[in-house]
Amino acid sequence: MTWTPDQPIVSIHNVQKSFGALEVLKGISMDIMKGEVICIIGPSGSGKSTLIRCINALNDIQGGSITVEGQEVHDDNLDQLELRKKVGMVFQQYNLFPHKTALQNVMMAPLKVLKQNRADVEQRARALLKKVRLEGKENNYPGELSGGQQQRVAIARSLAMNPDVMLFDEVTAALDPETVKEVLVTIKDLAAEGMTCILVTHEMGFARELADHIYFTDKGVIVEHGPPATFFDNAQDPRTREFLSQVL
Amino acid sequence: MESFEAFFSWLYSDHGINLTIGYDSYDRGRFLDGVWTTIKLSVLSILFSLIIGAVGAWVQGSPLRILRVFIGFFIAFFRNTPPLVQLYFFYFAVGTVLRVTGENGLPQPLVSNFGWAVISLSLFAGALNVEIFRSGIEAVPKSTIEASEALGFNRLQTYAYIVLPLAVRVALPSLGTNLVNLVKTTTLAYAIAVPEILYASAQIWSDELNVREMMNVLLLSYIGLVAILVWVLHRWEKALRIPGYGV
Amino acid sequence: MRASFYPKTRSTPPVKGALPVLLPYRSPQATQLSLHEKLFNGWTVLALMLGFAWIMVQQVWAQSGAAQQASVPDILLKWTPVLLKGFGFNVLISILSMAIGTVLGVGLGILQVSPVTATRRTAWLITQFFRNSPWLVLLFYCILLIPFEISVFGLDIPFPGWVKAVIGLSLPVMAYMSEYMRGAILSIPSGQWESADSLGFTRGQTMREVILPQTVKRLAPSWMNLYAVLTMATPLVSIVGVSDVMTLTRSALAAESRVDLLIPMYLYILSWFFIYCYPISRLTVRLERKFAVKL
Repeated sequence: MTWTPDQPIVSIHNVQKSFGALEVLKGISMDIMKGEVICIIGPSGSGKSTLIRCINALNDIQGGSITVEGQEVHDDNLDQLELRKKVGMVFQQYNLFPHKTALQNVMMAPLKVLKQNRADVEQRARALLKKVRLEGKENNYPGELSGGQQQRVAIARSLAMNPDVMLFDEVTAALDPETVKEVLVTIKDLAAEGMTCILVTHEMGFARELADHIYFTDKGVIVEHGPPATFFDNAQDPRTREFLSQVL
Repeated sequence: MESFEAFFSWLYSDHGINLTIGYDSYDRGRFLDGVWTTIKLSVLSILFSLIIGAVGAWVQGSPLRILRVFIGFFIAFFRNTPPLVQLYFFYFAVGTVLRVTGENGLPQPLVSNFGWAVISLSLFAGALNVEIFRSGIEAVPKSTIEASEALGFNRLQTYAYIVLPLAVRVALPSLGTNLVNLVKTTTLAYAIAVPEILYASAQIWSDELNVREMMNVLLLSYIGLVAILVWVLHRWEKALRIPGYGV
Repeated sequence: MRASFYPKTRSTPPVKGALPVLLPYRSPQATQLSLHEKLFNGWTVLALMLGFAWIMVQQVWAQSGAAQQASVPDILLKWTPVLLKGFGFNVLISILSMAIGTVLGVGLGILQVSPVTATRRTAWLITQFFRNSPWLVLLFYCILLIPFEISVFGLDIPFPGWVKAVIGLSLPVMAYMSEYMRGAILSIPSGQWESADSLGFTRGQTMREVILPQTVKRLAPSWMNLYAVLTMATPLVSIVGVSDVMTLTRSALAAESRVDLLIPMYLYILSWFFIYCYPISRLTVRLERKFAVKL
């Protein structure tokens, strides 16, 4: 049960997931070490998003196991709050709370969920907004911010819980091309600080530059995986090659 | 005050407009008491109906089917039967059975007629509020709720901090209509002799035989009360408006 | 000066960003039919109501078994014909008030979108006045202030209490109808007005031939809902001295003067109204869903 940092921080083993009769994940396994940046790529509908949603128990699984810091995620006795403190998640549609300002969005969970001291939380929240380069936007409502700005608030909001692992679910897919970069830069900063990141992404250039390891999924299985250099330049499987030829 | 009363006396003697509440302090007292009772009745009923609405809508989203069914029954009953008969049912039927022995040894009603009016009106308006809040809740995207789950909020926290505040904003126009209706419905309390403004006015016009004058005063008073409520709701709506969204 | 030819149509507010921050709001009526309501519909409520009344009856029966008193169901049954007549009267009042209120309301609603500012304002004022006055106060107003007969050309037209009550109830119906009408007219896309205008229709012709027929569908659900609300308001006439089902119920209770009869009797009357109004509200929901798709 005791987890040490030399063991995988997230360990996924033979995970199966179906929605009704539709099998989405057919036995996926991967180990992620602390500080690693993992990119999951693949055609739409290949189960990438479902997989990372399973990591913080937004979806349940039908078979296999997922552990985070040695703790089984899909366990009836799971302390969900403990898991959510460890695992932060950023969504494609940002999902900010529209009735709260940027600063309030970041402060809300530490205040209400963790019941932390308001002054400390506010100080940390301001620092986080500064870190995602949104100084001066603290009192703007989400509706007054651009997509890229909203997404960076969403990243700051997740970071406010001090997670050990960050999940990014196609975080740039809904953004205008010119604002994609500002979000990617933010993620890059995070990775540079040693945050463990798991990304589902369509940004191949970004994956190549940043990832330590790339997984290619198709139809619910991992077709191929490897470090970016090998993966992009020397793909073995014909499906991978076909996909790469389409997106590169 | 004297010139105020003199004006109404003159209005009566020279123009035949008999507004006793203007120059007779006894009538004015009863009338103002009536206004105050109507305000108390309205505020309490609005408050309880909102609580019923919020709690009911939350329970309707509960995984426990028995609770959802219960709320469904509650809504169907109160939405499809006359509010006056509901009030009679509570006051004359349930109220007669629910009695305690008083200090003098005689049975006394457990709940006063004012109390029954508040209960009955709150349930009546609360049933519709459940549906109104429910529609507001359905307008909150599932992904926003997921985001709050991912941040570690539990079901109640998600409801209280995220879903309800957004739902209230969306539902405010319907909610306003229903609350205005509720204030108008407080007149039913007349039927069980709660001394609200209609009851007080009826007493005055039967004593003073100034039906026409009192009737107009009464109508204007209600329109004034409704106007105040509409103003409050409007202020509320403005205060809740989120910059950047047309909600 | 063509601008005033057609009323200002409500335009959809500009949507900021393309993200579904809040989904479109569905009117409360349209959401009534959730799954559990399909499984456990209002008839179950009725059954419960009657069942509850029956339990009350049973208890009392057990207590007063040997006594010489008639059983509660027997009493209910005995009074049923009288009460049914009273209920029929309530239905009659509701139909008459609805008819008068609808005709007046449609007219007032059309005046609310009149190109003449003064007409529009006046119609609006009348609508708001009657919409914001309590039904019971309007009833009192009509009962006490309409004379019991009116002489027209030497002919005495009597106004009995129940006719005044019908008028009193039709006033709020008129006001609500006027609001619905205005909303329905404004919801017709302005393109309809423009195309009729370009075809040479006059304003009156456009209203009659193009606009009004299209409002019928939009009005139907609210109109039916209004009828149910009106029916549930008819017992108010008992307060102002017109004899109806409520008056008869209370005199029946007074005649029997039995405490154990109170709850069953009121539940019995409540279920009659329920039987009458519930199908209407179900139909309203169904119509609303059907038309909502096309709107």
